[in-house]
Amino acid sequence: MRRLGFYIILVIVGLYCLGPFLWQFITSLKPAAELTTLPPLLPQSPTNENYVSIFKDHPFFRIIANSIVVATSTTVLSLVIGSLAAFALAKLEVKRKGLILAFILSVSMFPPIVTVSPLYIIIRALGMRDTLLALIITYTTFSLPLTIWVLTSFFRDIPHEIYLASRVDGCTAFQSFYKIILPLSTPGLFATAILVFIFSWNEFLFALTFTSTVASRTIPVGIALFPGVHEVPWGEIAAASVVVTIPIIILAFAFQRRIIEGLTAGAIKG
Amino acid sequence: MSRKRNPKIPPFLSPIQSGMPQVLGKPHFFFLAPALLILAGVTLYPLFYVLWLSLHRRLIIFNISKFVGLENYGFLLRDERFWNALYNTVYFTGASVFLELTLGLGAAVLLNRAFKGKGIMRSIILIPWVIPTVVSARMWEWMYNPDYGILNYLFEANINWLGSPFWALNAAVFMDVWKTTPFVALLLMAGLQTIPVDLYQAARVDGASNWYIFKRITLPLLKPMILIVLIFRTLDAFRVFDAIYVLTGGGPANTTETLSIYAYKTLFQTLQFGYGSAIAVTVFFSVAIITIFYVKLLRRERE
Repeated sequence: MRRLGFYIILVIVGLYCLGPFLWQFITSLKPAAELTTLPPLLPQSPTNENYVSIFKDHPFFRIIANSIVVATSTTVLSLVIGSLAAFALAKLEVKRKGLILAFILSVSMFPPIVTVSPLYIIIRALGMRDTLLALIITYTTFSLPLTIWVLTSFFRDIPHEIYLASRVDGCTAFQSFYKIILPLSTPGLFATAILVFIFSWNEFLFALTFTSTVASRTIPVGIALFPGVHEVPWGEIAAASVVVTIPIIILAFAFQRRIIEGLTAGAIKG
Repeated sequence: MSRKRNPKIPPFLSPIQSGMPQVLGKPHFFFLAPALLILAGVTLYPLFYVLWLSLHRRLIIFNISKFVGLENYGFLLRDERFWNALYNTVYFTGASVFLELTLGLGAAVLLNRAFKGKGIMRSIILIPWVIPTVVSARMWEWMYNPDYGILNYLFEANINWLGSPFWALNAAVFMDVWKTTPFVALLLMAGLQTIPVDLYQAARVDGASNWYIFKRITLPLLKPMILIVLIFRTLDAFRVFDAIYVLTGGGPANTTETLSIYAYKTLFQTLQFGYGSAIAVTVFFSVAIITIFYVKLLRRERE
């Protein structure tokens, strides 16, 4: 009896989490005429016309490609820059370490809206409006606190003796960084990479402000500004939502453990 | 921790352990410089810039840029739309964080046991949190649709969710609760894992009720984690932009306009960079005050 109750709770929690997405998926299969009739809940004559249309009538290929470039570059850049800094903070004797960590953490508290107007002016002055590079630099900056924080905690878990031994054996600090510490913390790097990728895939405020054409538009902006002629094209929006969410859902299923590890490492040490 | 003197290390290495290495050189700058430079350049410098901007009357299209001192802030105090946005932000933050914490705590306690398919369940719980905010706003906008939305159909209601001043802000709260309760639950579940099982067993042996155990063991031991979750959630909710901007655009009649949305509209729709910056600066200081408050709480908790 208790067991049954527990499984009922599981089903409720599952439906609560998945329900809205399932509904979006069902909507994406409906032809335009069926969108405005409810019931029936399920599509009577399921169609892929919404999916065809977002790629044929709308530049969704380009938008998705932009997002992939931005999210991947941001992930690589933040990992490179962030792991270097995290290594120094975890393994080297750095003066005012507490202050540096506090500064990095305080940056993660920054409301994006505060920096959006000056950054816009700077980017415009540099002629970088509507470029992917502007987004990559901004996202890297805002991912760095999380990256450094999580990686520092992973690097600290590696026994200090291992690092010292490598130095005694003649490694330079940099060699022991990339030959010893990095390979030992692959799970941490992985967890961080996924979190940064998801953040850059989903970011909206800067993308909305810095981009003006399809040349640099990313997925969130593409979906928020989805053009409609007379009314909102719910079927196409639903199809676009499904297409861009599926990679993220695959990530969530494949790396659930890593994502949660990264989240908790970031939170607990904070 | 790992820095502590380890007796297994031969004595000739001990200077390296204690002081660290003059011998080994000081390459710290090389490691830290890129991160600190980019952080300073893209966050600190803009922060000073925005403070400077907020002291100006700056209209980009007319090429007007005039130093006006604190005039923008004076105007802020008399601006009803600002107070309205502040109220909406506080209401949204309070309501969503309260609901997320209660529901998240409940879910975490209920799911904190071994069962088949726990991994899959955790992935499912992650989904609302990993879905792009913009996508979830569009999803909920469609579900809230007064004529063809599934919510009115399921509840057999006829509510104009996003069109009525009463419901719109609450509708935004519900969406946020859906999206971030899982995040709260997952972090609290991680926190629950650190509570020793024998404490529970001992309490059960002594005949304690479930509620008593929750109140006397779970809650006190989970408190540091709850505080951490509260920091994250409060700050995020207070800065809310995308969710509401896409869901309602701040309408109807500004009843869902938060500080970030008001700042954004002032900056990029009416192009008043000075005044918009002043609004953004108030968001910054509010967030700073909230952070300091929580950090003090957390420090006291840890002592």
